Amino acid sequence: MNRRSFVKKVLNGTIAGSLYLVWPMGSDSLEILKQTPEQIPGIRDKEYDILNQEFAFIVDITRCIGCGSCCVADKREYNVPDGNYRTWVERYVKGFSDNIYVDSPNGGLDGYQQPRSDIDEKIRDTFFVPKLCNMCTQAPCVQVCPVGATFTSPDGFVLVDEKRCVGCAYCIQACPYSVRFLHPDTKTVEKCTWCYQRVRKGLLPACVDVCPTGARKFGSMKDQTSEVYEILKGPGVLTVLKKEMGTFPALYYKGARREVI
Amino acid sequence: MDAAHSATTMLISNYVFPNDLHVHWSMMIVLYPYITGLVDGAFIIAALYYLFDVKSLKPVARFSLLFAMAFLAIATLPLLLHLGRPERNFNMLLTPSPSSAMAGFGYIYAVSMGVLTFIILFVYRPDLVALRSQSKGLMKLLYRALTFDSTDLSKDAMALDQKIIRFLVGIGIPIAVVLHGYVGFIFGGVKANPTWSTPLMPVIFLFSACVSGVSAIILAYIVIRKIKGRSIDHGCIKTCINTLTLFFILAFSFEMLEVFSHSYLKSGYHHMVEGLLNGPLANSFWLWQVKICSILPLFILGVLGFFTIKKHIYNFMAAIVSAILLLQVLIMRWNVVIGGQLMSKSARGYTEFHPEWFDKEGILAVIIVMSIPFVILFVLGRIFPFWTSDNETKVKQTITNN
Repeated sequence: MNRRSFVKKVLNGTIAGSLYLVWPMGSDSLEILKQTPEQIPGIRDKEYDILNQEFAFIVDITRCIGCGSCCVADKREYNVPDGNYRTWVERYVKGFSDNIYVDSPNGGLDGYQQPRSDIDEKIRDTFFVPKLCNMCTQAPCVQVCPVGATFTSPDGFVLVDEKRCVGCAYCIQACPYSVRFLHPDTKTVEKCTWCYQRVRKGLLPACVDVCPTGARKFGSMKDQTSEVYEILKGPGVLTVLKKEMGTFPALYYKGARREVI
Repeated sequence: MDAAHSATTMLISNYVFPNDLHVHWSMMIVLYPYITGLVDGAFIIAALYYLFDVKSLKPVARFSLLFAMAFLAIATLPLLLHLGRPERNFNMLLTPSPSSAMAGFGYIYAVSMGVLTFIILFVYRPDLVALRSQSKGLMKLLYRALTFDSTDLSKDAMALDQKIIRFLVGIGIPIAVVLHGYVGFIFGGVKANPTWSTPLMPVIFLFSACVSGVSAIILAYIVIRKIKGRSIDHGCIKTCINTLTLFFILAFSFEMLEVFSHSYLKSGYHHMVEGLLNGPLANSFWLWQVKICSILPLFILGVLGFFTIKKHIYNFMAAIVSAILLLQVLIMRWNVVIGGQLMSKSARGYTEFHPEWFDKEGILAVIIVMSIPFVILFVLGRIFPFWTSDNETKVKQTITNN
């Protein structure tokens, strides 16, 4: 190859490459999205009215089997650093003496494959409690953030702007549910977002998507056919965690015993 | 709370929420209220002299201002070391969130710094003018800048200075109270933490701040004067000790009132607070903070107050009791800041805290941060003479008399 043809090839390559960058070819991710069925009806193919949205998350404790799929899905979705948890599953064991034994080894990531061997008394009951951000409507984390990095979006999601967060950890102290942590690499605060980026594309949060028993339910309260709407409208008893904190969570628990904190 | 059967059922599993294993506010956040407390207490001594005309405090009044300045100058350092993204610290000033108590810090700090600087410049103006005429070169330029190029020491000018000083100290008191009461509120305003969440927190912080500041002034005055071989003004030490006694009785009473309220009201997560004080904090709270560093000093202060003691023994005991109380306040900060975080919000267990040596919030960093004010104080001492000159003549006279 002589110099002339080399320069020609380089130029052609540069022009072709530039065109490839600017030519509207459709995003790959959007192509994939089109192939994925819409999981939250009424979000795609129309403008998202951010001021007129309301979502709810319901955890049905009677359905959770402690498989840990939700934790794995969450860790993969966000590459959550080891030792920190955006969501986790607790195992409650209740003895006949009313003693409560709670554990959550590795946040339930490995699933609860073996029963606890360190309990001497006869077991009366056992159940699993998935934990995640409560999306409080009166969020203490939002109140205390000194720079407004933690905020409530108009559609009710408590989110963290990692470009603004100063890493003071005041929100970590203020969160009654301990769902926040300081990311060891970015040194900013991170927490469960109910997969906001997925919701905006009409997809369910990753943990809800993978739950094999329907223990985690998510949906729009504006959609009267949604499961969460039906449950919240119905007569069943739902509770929230640490009601006395006055945080008014948008995360509800179905079948949560009074021992659950 | 309704989830609890009894304390035993709650704690049986010692379950800590997975994100609660790590203590996020560590030693730098222990130092921060300690440092602002020292500033406040030292400022109170100066205020007693300049505003309330407690004449016996004259020997330490100017020194207290410089001492306050040396510590106020580094009050933000532990915070910057603590922040995950310290380069974004100005966001708190530029785009503060009005709902956050923490967002006020930058403003309160800036105002305190400004007021304290002006108080020092006005208090020292006659000395600075005199030093300006004696010094040469760069120092002369510095003194010229510090006096704003004014050499007017006429009667009218001095009378105006006195008025300005009284005004500045007058507004300085509420600012100092806000600066440190606010630090207490940072903790008191966290409802998720049962040991912090009490309206008593700012009050406790404020009184313990006065205790630490007054103790520091007493100890520093006695130590520096001893090292320099100069006389110690007994009347001054006595007034300081009386002030210290008053503040310490208030501080200790409120600290105990908080514990008593928790155990009497038995509200909310009281079992967690009781378990904390009798478990992980049994030594650092009951033994160190209460028995060794509070009851013992109360006893010593009682002896100093009620009995006639020889001057040099009185001064020695004053230094000892001040040193113990300085430790008391530090341990109290530790027990509040780190102790409070040992309780998991699961209300079922406690985590552990092990300080590291070489972390940016580690023990070495703590030693360095706490050494810097003394370097600053030394430098300030080169520019602003610590002790008033009439006091010095008295010393010279005593020497010649001897």
